[in-house]
Amino acid sequence: MESMLHITTLHYLVLGAALFLLGVIGVLTRRNVVIVLMSIELILNAVNLNLVAFSRMWGGLHGQVFAIFVITDAAAEAAVGLGILIAFFRNKETVNIDEVNLLKW
Amino acid sequence: MLIGAILVITRKNPVHSALALIVTLLAQASIYLMLYAPFVAGVQIILYAGGIMVLFLFVIMLVSIDRSVKERQLNSQWIVGMIAATALGGLFIAVFMKGKNIFPEHALPVIENDNTQKVATMLYGQYMFAFEIASLLLLVAIIGAVVMAKKRI
Repeated sequence: MESMLHITTLHYLVLGAALFLLGVIGVLTRRNVVIVLMSIELILNAVNLNLVAFSRMWGGLHGQVFAIFVITDAAAEAAVGLGILIAFFRNKETVNIDEVNLLKW
Repeated sequence: MLIGAILVITRKNPVHSALALIVTLLAQASIYLMLYAPFVAGVQIILYAGGIMVLFLFVIMLVSIDRSVKERQLNSQWIVGMIAATALGGLFIAVFMKGKNIFPEHALPVIENDNTQKVATMLYGQYMFAFEIASLLLLVAIIGAVVMAKKRI
């Protein structure tokens, strides 16, 4: 009964899994490229949550350092992704992901 | 936090999605505080809720077209996408059922009054090489973003 009241690592992992799942649904089903990029941010945040939760579980700080690296990568990814989006919008005048089909055969 | 995440992927207007994403990120920063990670929480607020979201809002302003709000919001392969996401959810549930008892009930008691110092020592000591690689990655990303957003190379 005591353990029901405490928030354990498992709760954080479930929360991270739910967040990851929502991000995956957003990436796979939405049509607007901006929202797809935001869903990718959600996925990276789920990974960060797991890293920090495990870091707490083991009592070290390696997970937090890795979370900081993941945040760095997320920033770089957002910058490049939005740059690509602007270039694409200039060419095609749309943000619809279905019209990104130059490589389709 | 989950409500914010659901709002991110369901709103029609991308600005509403961005605001919901800010709510999600702030909630996650509070969860980091609960996990005794104040430095990561600060980085989360400053870098995500501050920097990346401003970038998103700028791009939404640049590329926003009003007709995209009225159009269909799901892409052409959303059925396959939902099937794949459901499979992933089933996998998560299976893993949860299999391994929910392997975690310790109580976390280690951590005395964290110098969290930032310890993180910094690790970042500049043990993870020096990864730190340099990350800075190089950021440089490449800056150049890439500028080149992509330029009108004429």
